[in-house]
Amino acid sequence: MVYKKRIDDRGFEETRKIEAKVGVIPRADGSAYFKIGDTWAYAAVYGPRNLYPRFLQNPKKGILRCNYNMMPFSGSGERVRPGGSRRSKEISLVTEKALIPVLNLDEYPNSVVDVFIEFPQTNAGSRCAGICAASMALADAGLEMKDLVAAISVGRVDDKLLVDLDYAEEAYEDVPVADIPVAVLPNSDKISLLQMDGEISKDELKKLLELAKKTCKDIYEIQKKALKAKYVKEKVE
Amino acid sequence: MSKLLVENKDIAVPGEVLAEGMDNLPGPGTYRDGEKIRASGLGLVQIEGRAIKLINLSGKYIPKNGDTIIGKVEDITFSGWRIETNSAYSAMLSMKDATSDYIARGADLTQYYNLGDYVVCKIVNVTSQKLVDVSMKGPGLRGLKGGRVFSVNTHKVPRIIGKQGSMIGMIKNATDCRIIVGQNGWVWIDGEPDKELLAIKTIKKIEEESHLSGLTEQIKSFLEKETGKKIEEARGNYNGL
Repeated sequence: MVYKKRIDDRGFEETRKIEAKVGVIPRADGSAYFKIGDTWAYAAVYGPRNLYPRFLQNPKKGILRCNYNMMPFSGSGERVRPGGSRRSKEISLVTEKALIPVLNLDEYPNSVVDVFIEFPQTNAGSRCAGICAASMALADAGLEMKDLVAAISVGRVDDKLLVDLDYAEEAYEDVPVADIPVAVLPNSDKISLLQMDGEISKDELKKLLELAKKTCKDIYEIQKKALKAKYVKEKVE
Repeated sequence: MSKLLVENKDIAVPGEVLAEGMDNLPGPGTYRDGEKIRASGLGLVQIEGRAIKLINLSGKYIPKNGDTIIGKVEDITFSGWRIETNSAYSAMLSMKDATSDYIARGADLTQYYNLGDYVVCKIVNVTSQKLVDVSMKGPGLRGLKGGRVFSVNTHKVPRIIGKQGSMIGMIKNATDCRIIVGQNGWVWIDGEPDKELLAIKTIKKIEEESHLSGLTEQIKSFLEKETGKKIEEARGNYNGL
């Protein structure tokens, strides 16, 4: 029982401070940022636009293409090598898979919706922040979506179950650690992303998933508020 | 018991519950999820009797049959021109829909429309694969010489045009510019440089404040202040050209 209190004094089931805003990149068709603690995700959506090379086109519906990128100066300490890596490619792929269940692109055959997610600074939980930002940006781009997607990482350090691990916790030494990013469709409680690093028992995992769903509902409220804040002026009449 | 959870002109976000129970009907932009009606996108709620609709506020243009748009020639083929439409799909303008002139086989099509030229055209067909055909046959459809093109939110185009073209007619009267608003969100404008700037400023203002009621009055006084002359309200039949 080494880990009694969280490093930054949060409650075990408390997230870092979240800030979200929609419409932050005027040139994009839809955009948003999602900041959770020191992890900042900016998402920009372009499209539907025409897609080349042609063999990628799907004549039945549009495709979604995500691009996850950590800026060179975004890591804590070491410089991140610019450009794509094995890791960023994987995260781009899981982000796409996490978002596609809510999107309906049937109206846009042979086209592509591009999502670019950039991180000016990160401190763990970046793929979750990226998914949150991207789902808001997609909604801002006026695409047909049946739900938003909220995501959070849960995990454990020693025997404590935690929500929203930061880098220090993720990299905690000498005790068993697990880090589990989860993306949830808040209205149906379905899970669209589930990955894990570390080790954990079945019971703990079940508890953590419940925690993740609960937290994602709170995040959904934040996303909702951010989306409405951009458009609510439309209501004044 | 059925319950309506939103009011007219509320903003709904994807997945938000708009109504519970079976008394209301899901209209465009909404879907039924068991007992609930949810929003399937971001938009403005509109309640029409029992039906709940969602009106899009953002998003790219989707080509629709019958729309009059401004396009840009992006390619010249053997049988016509390929037109960029400010959407994910380009349109095809075939030779026979472009002009009633006789065009000999192998003639130089750039005499009619060259690469980069802007045209006002009408969408005459959209297939399920979104292959779009446009035509230049109709009143006001023509190639555009000179002027400049800028883009606006395609969902605000009806507001910019106004009822029977009252809004755009007023801007034309005030600035002496020739203005054409395409349904695809491209606006062509031609006039004196400073008047052009004023017209662009006014259109951007309409785009930003499109939610306000009495906007026509506001724009009128804005234009009167800027130009220092009395502005007649435009009436008559303006069809967007």
